[in-house]
Amino acid sequence: MKNWREQLFWAATLSCLVWAAGCGKGGNGTGAAADTIKVGEFASLTGKEAAFGQSSHKGTMLAVDQINAAGGVLGKKIDLVYEDDQSKPGESATIVKKLISRDHVVAVLGEVASGRSLEAARICQENKIPQISPSSTNPKVTETGDYIFRVCFTDPFQGKLLAEFGLKTLNAKRVAVLTDVASAYSVGLADYFKQPFVAGGGTIIGEQKYSGGDKDFKAQLTAIKAENPDAIFVPGYYTEVGLIVLQARQLGIDVPIFGGDGWEAPELIQIAGDSLKNTFYSTHFSPLKETAEVQTFVKAFQAKYNGESPDAMGALGYDSVLVLADAIKRAGTTESAKLRDAIAATDINGATGRTKIDAHRDAPKAAVIITVENGKFKFLRDVQP
Amino acid sequence: MIELFQQIINGLSLGAIYALIALGYTMVYGVLRFINFAHSEVFMVGAFSGYYLARIFPHQTIATGLVILAASMAICAVLGVLIEKLAYRPLRNRSTLTVLITAIGVSLLLQNLGQVVFGPNPKAYPALFPEKNILLPGNITVSSNQIVVLCVTIALLWVLHYIVTKTRIGIAMRALSFNPTAASLVGINNDFVISFTFALGSALAAAGGILYALNYPSIDPLMGTLPGLKAFVAAVLGGIGNLPGAALGALIIGLVETFVRGSHWSTYTDAIVFSILILILLFRPAGLLGKLETEKV
Repeated sequence: MKNWREQLFWAATLSCLVWAAGCGKGGNGTGAAADTIKVGEFASLTGKEAAFGQSSHKGTMLAVDQINAAGGVLGKKIDLVYEDDQSKPGESATIVKKLISRDHVVAVLGEVASGRSLEAARICQENKIPQISPSSTNPKVTETGDYIFRVCFTDPFQGKLLAEFGLKTLNAKRVAVLTDVASAYSVGLADYFKQPFVAGGGTIIGEQKYSGGDKDFKAQLTAIKAENPDAIFVPGYYTEVGLIVLQARQLGIDVPIFGGDGWEAPELIQIAGDSLKNTFYSTHFSPLKETAEVQTFVKAFQAKYNGESPDAMGALGYDSVLVLADAIKRAGTTESAKLRDAIAATDINGATGRTKIDAHRDAPKAAVIITVENGKFKFLRDVQP
Repeated sequence: MIELFQQIINGLSLGAIYALIALGYTMVYGVLRFINFAHSEVFMVGAFSGYYLARIFPHQTIATGLVILAASMAICAVLGVLIEKLAYRPLRNRSTLTVLITAIGVSLLLQNLGQVVFGPNPKAYPALFPEKNILLPGNITVSSNQIVVLCVTIALLWVLHYIVTKTRIGIAMRALSFNPTAASLVGINNDFVISFTFALGSALAAAGGILYALNYPSIDPLMGTLPGLKAFVAAVLGGIGNLPGAALGALIIGLVETFVRGSHWSTYTDAIVFSILILILLFRPAGLLGKLETEKV
């Protein structure tokens, strides 16, 4: 009996060793000599911001497929390793660590939400792996370090254009602000809105707060209603924004409600429906714009995803891959320092227009303002930087 | 002044939903002396049952709304009985702590099953009743859903009160909560009464789930956790095991939560609600309406 156990023990140990050796070899090998280029992506494919993550991921996949169909980059195919962070704080750090140390990706794409991009940015910067965020707008994301990039505009720009929109188009002088204190994006955008709004002659008459995941906003909205504002600014994500707009209308608040790119998801209309009359938000892209680049992208997207129209997150996800592939081509290698320099020198045309990375590793570009009419998003106008 | 009245209406309709959940906690505690932490997941399943049942009726009238409500309550009553049969009954003679930990396990199981079966993404909740806003004098608005919440809650509380005080099974429940051994000596079938208690509590939780989802129409499998915990605080505040206490505690919690949310400390809402739990346990452990029981040696 004892003998049998001993044999089993040695067999187990030996197989572990063999397995470990195999792994080590595989791990070392992929970086240099493999015939694919491994790119990591972390996205909120499920959970609170799933509509964003899914949309962005679809754009990313479309770009990867197109590039691979055209022969890949440097003669190699792009191998996209993607994982779901469930829209939860903490998950992205774990996933990005895994992508870098186990999968040996050459670059990381993600995320939509600024809070989760920030989490990953510190890890990418430490490991000197370039990270490209498709649509995180908080300035702190790229301030983390010189390996962190984005392909969208930032909140100071978005806040300023929304302040001007509120003052001039909505003619609102007294505005109440309702901020999600649990989100870096919401707090940042609220600040970048308030400064130019007050400087332009407006007054912030009430600041109310909530935390992501809340469902009851009637108390805050009742307090806002008592102040009798001209408009309400809600820089949040669609899940809560939908409930906020719905409850505001239930309380008889019929002033305009407006916000930023966190609003854009079909779920917003599903939740709030007709209450969305007289609401506005700014975003990166509208599929209804009639330029050639936009329409080619929209057609390709619809062909791949059964006629579904892309939104801003899809377009930015797509552009994030284009930027990376272009940089790898120009660098001629996937070696991290050279790849970083190549991304920093990016100037290409993509689905969301011209992407030129600036000294802060951001990509200033035009914004669009969208309104909701009869249960459909409607393109209102362009705003140039 | 107008703001004050509006907040009171908001607070009462939130408190009414907490009351429906809190009653389930307190009834189970009354007969079995443990906290059924899976109760908040029954609340979640109730909301989801309503979501799927609503697909059968494309047009909402008050009648279809009530049918959906009743059907979800029936589904959850069965679920409650099943949970008790499968998870708690085998442990009937073990220590309360064992059952308590099992309850947490059942809660986690249901949460994660919910994520697999229903999907983890928030879903937009359909309007089960025709919706309308009613403007009262003085610019106070009451939504029809808030009225539905108050009416349904009052009706259910009345039914519950009737069952517990006037029917044979209600008398049996009270007898069991006084002394289980003596109850079985006088011919009460304890197992049946316990099953009935779970069915009743779970049906109320289902009603709470649907009413909650009507007012805050975005549901996900983790939606039960926070309202469940707050209802638990309400049950302790009113005096756990005491039915009117649970309703009173729930209304207080609903009002406190609403007023804090409307003030400058809105981000501390949950912290303030849970400090009520700590304060009540420190200074009046039996709750507002509860009687302190001394352990007989």
